[in-house]
Amino acid sequence: MSEYTRPLPVLEGHSADFYGFCKAGELRFQRCGGCQAWRHVPRELCAECGSWDWEWERSSGKGELFTFTVVGRALHPAFAEAAPYAVSVVEMEEGVRLLSRVADVSPEELEIGMRVEVDFEAVTDEISLPIFRRASG
Amino acid sequence: MAEACIVGIGETDYCRKPGSGLSQLALQLQASSRAIAEAGLKASEIDGIMPFPNLGRAEEFAANLGCENLRYAATIHMGGAAPAASLQAAAMAVNTGMANYVLLPAGWNGFSGARVRQTVAQDVSSIPGGAIARDYYLPFGFTAPPQWYSVLARRHMHEFGTRSEQLGAIALAMRKHAQLNPKALMNGKPMTLDDYMASPMLADPYRFFDCCLETDGGAAVVVTSAERARDLATRPVRILAAACGQPYPADEITNRRDIFKTGLTIAAPEAFGQAGITPADVDFAMIYDCFTFEVLQQLEEVGFCKRGEGGPFVEGGRIELGGELPVNTHGGLLSEAHVLGMSHIVEAVRQLRGDLGERQVKDAQVGVVTGWGDFGDGSLALLAR
Repeated sequence: MSEYTRPLPVLEGHSADFYGFCKAGELRFQRCGGCQAWRHVPRELCAECGSWDWEWERSSGKGELFTFTVVGRALHPAFAEAAPYAVSVVEMEEGVRLLSRVADVSPEELEIGMRVEVDFEAVTDEISLPIFRRASG
Repeated sequence: MAEACIVGIGETDYCRKPGSGLSQLALQLQASSRAIAEAGLKASEIDGIMPFPNLGRAEEFAANLGCENLRYAATIHMGGAAPAASLQAAAMAVNTGMANYVLLPAGWNGFSGARVRQTVAQDVSSIPGGAIARDYYLPFGFTAPPQWYSVLARRHMHEFGTRSEQLGAIALAMRKHAQLNPKALMNGKPMTLDDYMASPMLADPYRFFDCCLETDGGAAVVVTSAERARDLATRPVRILAAACGQPYPADEITNRRDIFKTGLTIAAPEAFGQAGITPADVDFAMIYDCFTFEVLQQLEEVGFCKRGEGGPFVEGGRIELGGELPVNTHGGLLSEAHVLGMSHIVEAVRQLRGDLGERQVKDAQVGVVTGWGDFGDGSLALLAR
């Protein structure tokens, strides 16, 4: 694998946990132990009920495309070669939204409401990014 | 609360190539000196300074200008929403005795210096939620403002049927106004809808011409109490009310229950309520136009039209001079220069003084200025002659 030059998450705090699960092939979000609300991005306590009690609970991995953009001209040098590339916001069945990309659908074919499911792309030895593919069936 | 007024305005030249030749600080000092002198004040009388976030410190402004009696220094950390939000804080300061004369400077070398497109990637702490962007946006190539906001525009198109031609109408209105403003960098460069539609996609649905200019320049205003304003050199422009607000959550743009609820959704009714007027009473609007859709969305959230109706609202010349609600008569960030929203306040002051010649809004009595920053922070000031 040639050296990966794009920005990477910093494996600290809750992000270390989130991406640790991704590396293990699991998409997990925080879920409140008080009111059962799911949340993303990770937070310290539940903004719905104030509980500090939470677990990393596994997502079904299924969701639908909430919105997206197609970047025609990259505004970050590491993505210059990638353009045009799409960035998608996926609304998961649990209700939380995740910024990601749909890997197997060309930008022209993207459609809001499209059903997708999570997959993982190992971009370095330490980091796998959660990406999406068109849902099967 | 007693009223406060804007009593001085100042600007530098606005330029792109080859660049201002001045430091970021010097640009802002030049605009500040002009604003202070226009008001008929001495720098030593400026006892409040509110620098734009991340672009300077009150201490260095004071030391360079000679503000030896500085008492009040504060920055409202709302990105492009800071100038109009700072009017609120400055009004409070002068009306509670915290300061007599407050300077609001802004300016940067947005063309010849670091470009906005680079700042977040290079310094995530420059925005709220910087670590969120670093860990959850940047790895996917979601790195810069037009990309962040384009997903809102896309969703608006999906929910309400908003069309590219309507975003184009906004770009065209700003460009048309720039033809009446010799200072505007797009003066002498008219644009047609065909030009707009043919411009390359930057972050679909944002084309090149949906995006603000990157320019060098500075602008500043001075605020004081209505009482003190009476003794000064200029015709004071009254701050009827000003308010600011934040979206929720403000540090993450994708997980909002209602993604069209922004800071302005909170700020607008607050300001109109304080002033005891409605959007129907407004003669013109200076809307923070970082990108076309943000204009459309802010027009909706201010209440000039209902949510979802912004597309039809901006059509047919309604937001052009001579229309029902002239927007950004200077050409805005899209066609004059990107002066961080301070130039919107400057233009509003000129409209209310009534000395704008062929781009004067006839009998302008009340104007609105908005600000938009970071992931949707909002501010709104109601100004009157």
